[in-house]
Parts: sequence; structure tokens; C-alpha cells
Amino acid sequence: MREEVFTLAEVREGRIHPVSFELLAWGRTLADKLATNLSAIVLGDDLEDQLEELIFYGADTVEFFKHPELDVFNIENYSEVLVPFIREIMPDILLAGATTTGRTFMPYLAGKLKTGLTADCTSLDIEEDTGLLLQTRPAIGGNVLATIKTPKYRPQMATVRPKGRKPLPRDDDREGKITIHSVDNNFSPRVRRIGFTKRENEISLVDAEIVISGGKGLKEPKNFSLLFDIAKDLNGAVGASRSAVDMGWVSYPHQVGLSGKTVNPKLYIACGISGAVQHLAGMLNSENIIAINKDPDAPIFQVANLGIVGDVLEILPLLKKMLQEKLKRNV
Amino acid sequence: MRIGVLVKQVPATDKVKMDESTGTMKREEVEAVINPLDLYAIEGTLQVKERLENSEIIAISMGPPQAKEVIKEAISMGCDRGFLLSDRAFAGADTWATSYTLATFIKKLGDFSIIFTGERATDGETGQVGPSLAGQLNLPVLTYVSKIVDIKEDHIIVEREIEEGIEILESSFPVVVSVIKAIAEPRLPTLRGKIKARNSEVPILGLKDLGLEEKDVGLRGSPTRVVKVFYPKLSREGKKIKAKNTEMAVDFIIDFLEERGIL
Repeated sequence: MREEVFTLAEVREGRIHPVSFELLAWGRTLADKLATNLSAIVLGDDLEDQLEELIFYGADTVEFFKHPELDVFNIENYSEVLVPFIREIMPDILLAGATTTGRTFMPYLAGKLKTGLTADCTSLDIEEDTGLLLQTRPAIGGNVLATIKTPKYRPQMATVRPKGRKPLPRDDDREGKITIHSVDNNFSPRVRRIGFTKRENEISLVDAEIVISGGKGLKEPKNFSLLFDIAKDLNGAVGASRSAVDMGWVSYPHQVGLSGKTVNPKLYIACGISGAVQHLAGMLNSENIIAINKDPDAPIFQVANLGIVGDVLEILPLLKKMLQEKLKRNV
Repeated sequence: MRIGVLVKQVPATDKVKMDESTGTMKREEVEAVINPLDLYAIEGTLQVKERLENSEIIAISMGPPQAKEVIKEAISMGCDRGFLLSDRAFAGADTWATSYTLATFIKKLGDFSIIFTGERATDGETGQVGPSLAGQLNLPVLTYVSKIVDIKEDHIIVEREIEEGIEILESSFPVVVSVIKAIAEPRLPTLRGKIKARNSEVPILGLKDLGLEEKDVGLRGSPTRVVKVFYPKLSREGKKIKAKNTEMAVDFIIDFLEERGIL
């Protein structure tokens, strides 16, 4: 058994997806602790000019499987190529993003390989005495965390929540080995993609890594435009409390809470939302919570990492301006 | 056409208490219900039955003997019959061992064209059983299915919702299909269904009935082990600031965003 850490890079519409670089940050930590190699697996077609990026972001080796039929995710084609490869290499650890692809392909693969897989990990570590992968994930509606390991089967597999960690800084002095496997399979998958419609509208609330939500404190429907502007600048989405939706200020798809959507973004900004239990149920698991509210006793402050007691209608316009300046400078 | 639908009994609320000393769920006080997301899977099967009338829908569950109730609920909504896989030896199964047990039953009964599942169960929340089952049975799998576009005797066409948009996928049979809420609001049980459910016998199959060995099922057959379960820090150690003026308030927010690596 080669003690290696593998990550499954993800390709979407011909580009290596950012989650691939986040996975390398996780993988780097684990590989360093185990004093072993970190490898990125890539399946696709015309990606040669992007492969070096995986080295720059932390991979020691890249294993690229090239074939026109691997251009878009197809579970059977992926599996046909990777099952023999994984069986031969038997990596110690295999990580993928907890995306629609990772969450479909990894359990399929683990099912075939008979090994353990932990979904949606928020943290990964190596157990000191044993060198085993410790996989921590939220369980039971996010009320508790569970740490899970796979003692006897290999690879130890995990999907990792996107945006759970930043990629390492890009280092174009890093060197590594890129292997191109020319795949000559005659694929005949039973599932075929026969169409695709790209979503052109704003980022969906559930997938957004930044959510800015408004409640009664916004006073008027037109003030929601402030939230939409800020969300656009931050590449986020707009949420709302039930009262804001009930009053018709925004449409139901924006509602966060028990009777709306559950979100767990990296950042949740609650603007003029008091924090009724019904609302908290939909956003409590957000990684960072900022609450802005006039009422210092609003329950929302109990769950906020940063609570600002103040008038949201004064704060938001200035916040919007400051953010725009900040982002302009960062470009 | 034979269609299976996987259903699971779960605790009624997500406010389940944990026993931190043993790392197990305190299930006693909590009412058990059918996994809410499985209702959408049942809805999917019923949509198929509407279009292909000679279909037979079989609900399948694995769990303790009282999980019979979820099979009965599935029947009350329109499923034709159901089976419960139940045995002390199945206890403590992770997603691999659960899928293996289910796969064994599915092979044994045979002749399934489609196996429907929900997106995930609200207790375990892994969403892994559908794809794992497909992997073990060497079947194709369609996940995140938001719409059944077309279904004929030999193939199905669905919409699959992914991060960037909507894929249209076509698959031959047999296939595993896991559906999301967008498939349609699940229909309510009918009076006729309820009567049928009340009069239905739900066969219970155990280890021996399935020809399984203890080493391959339940905790013993599970590749993963839960090492510990703990409460995350609920107090966010947050700070509440009453800003003297708007500028200060905004500065606090910007600083926070930079500190957390968001900006």
C-alpha cells in the first residue's frame, strides 16, 4: 500500500472548479502529517493547460485521465476509469468536494470498493497514534458534531464541504509531476446527458456562501434593494424572515427558516431580523453570523458572532459603499 | 414494471438529544415518523405509476420492527405493498452496510426497473445510500432529480439540478433515482389507501431470510466507526457592540469580515 493522499479535482464546463484547490489545502495538511505524497486526480478532456495550477496550489503529483467522454461528469465513465486505478494504487485517503458530483460519485465508488465514506466533513485531521483519518461532520440537524474513522478499509474516503477552507496561496515555483493517462475505453454508459440549461439568474440561496437577509427592521420593501446590491457585490444571495415575506416585501423563495429554506453559508448577515425561533432554525448553522438590529435584546444577538446594535437603514448604505471600495482595491 | 422506493423511519424532530457519555441518540422520548424527504420519493414513484399503469410499487425499509409503520404510510399514499428488513444484526449499520443489506434484498426479490430514494434522511443526513446501493448493484444512478420529463417501458428522462443549472439525463433500466423536493408536493394518503394500509401485512425479513452473514451487516459489516459525538460550542462567543456612530459600526463589520477571511 502506498500511503498517499488523493484528492478528486472537479471539472465544471471545461474549467477546474475552485473546490479542487480547497481540497488540496485539506490534503496538504494531511499528507504533511503523514509525510506522504499529495496527488490530484483529474478527469476530463482539454485541460492540459490548467493542470499546473493543481501543483501551484499544493499537489505533488497530478493524474490526468483524458478522454472526450470524460468531459462532463458521467458516473459510469468516471467509475470505469477510476475503480481499476484506485484498486491498483489503494491510496490511504481519497477526498472529494461535497458537491452534486462528489456526493454522487464518492458513495457510488465506496459502494463498489467496499470502504468507508463520511459525507460533508467540516474538519479533517490525522489521529496521532494510528495515522488514521479523523473525519468530523455535523449530525442530526447540525445539533451535534460526530468524528468518524475508517479503521480497516482503504481508501479512507470523505467528501468535504465547499468553502470550508481557503485554498493555499498560489505558488508558481512549486514543482510536481503531471501524468497524462490516455484513456482508450469504449464507453457505453447507460446514463447519458442529453441536455443542459445553465442557470442565468442570481445565485441560489441554499448554495450561496454569503447570505444577507432582511426582516421587519427594513421598514419598506424598497429597502430590500440595498440587500440585493450588497449580495451582488459579495457574490451572495438574499434571504428574508417570514414577516418580510408575509408582508410581500420579497418573494417566498427568499424565506429562511422552518417554513422556508435552511442555509448554512460561510457568512450570514441578519439585517433588522429579531431572530424568532422559526428563523433561527433556518440559519443557525451558518459559519459566521453578523446581526444588525436596533433592539439590544433581540434574540438574534445570542447566535451572532458579531452583533451591531444600531439602525440597519443607516448602516447598510454605508456598508454597501465601503464594501464596494474595498472590493475595488482588492481586484 | 416493478418499482421500488426506499423509506426510512426517523426521529420526528431535529431536536434529538445526545447522550454524550455513550455517543448515542436518546431516541426514547422522540416520536418516530417517515423521513420527510422520502415522501418526495414516493411521490416520484406515484408519478411513474400514473404514466405506466401496470406498474407495481414496492416500499422497502430497514429498521427496527416498529418501522413497519413507515411501510404502511407508504401504502396509504399509494404504494402497492412493502417489506421491512429487520434484524438485531442489522443494528449500527453505516451507509455501506445499509446499502449492502438493501442491495441484497433488491437482488433477491429481483426484476426492479427503478429504485427511488429521497435525497437523504433527516437523521443521518448523508445522502449516500442511493448512490452506494447503485454502486453495489452496478446500476446507473440519477441524483438530485427535480423532474421526471418522460418515462417509457425501456427508459426514463429526468431533469437533474446541479450547481450551475439543470441537466437532462436519459437512462435505461434498471436505474436508481434519488429525487429532491422540486419533484412535486407529495400527495396525502387517501382514505382507500389508509384502509388498504391497515389491512396490509408487512413481511419482515431478517439476516437468514436474506442469506446474509453477521460479519457483513450492521456495525460489524460497517467500514466506518463513530469515534465521538459532541456538542459544538453553542455560544458563539460573539460580541455585541453598540456603535457610537454608523462609521464605527461599519468598521466593525469590515474588520470582522477581514478577520474571518471573507473579504
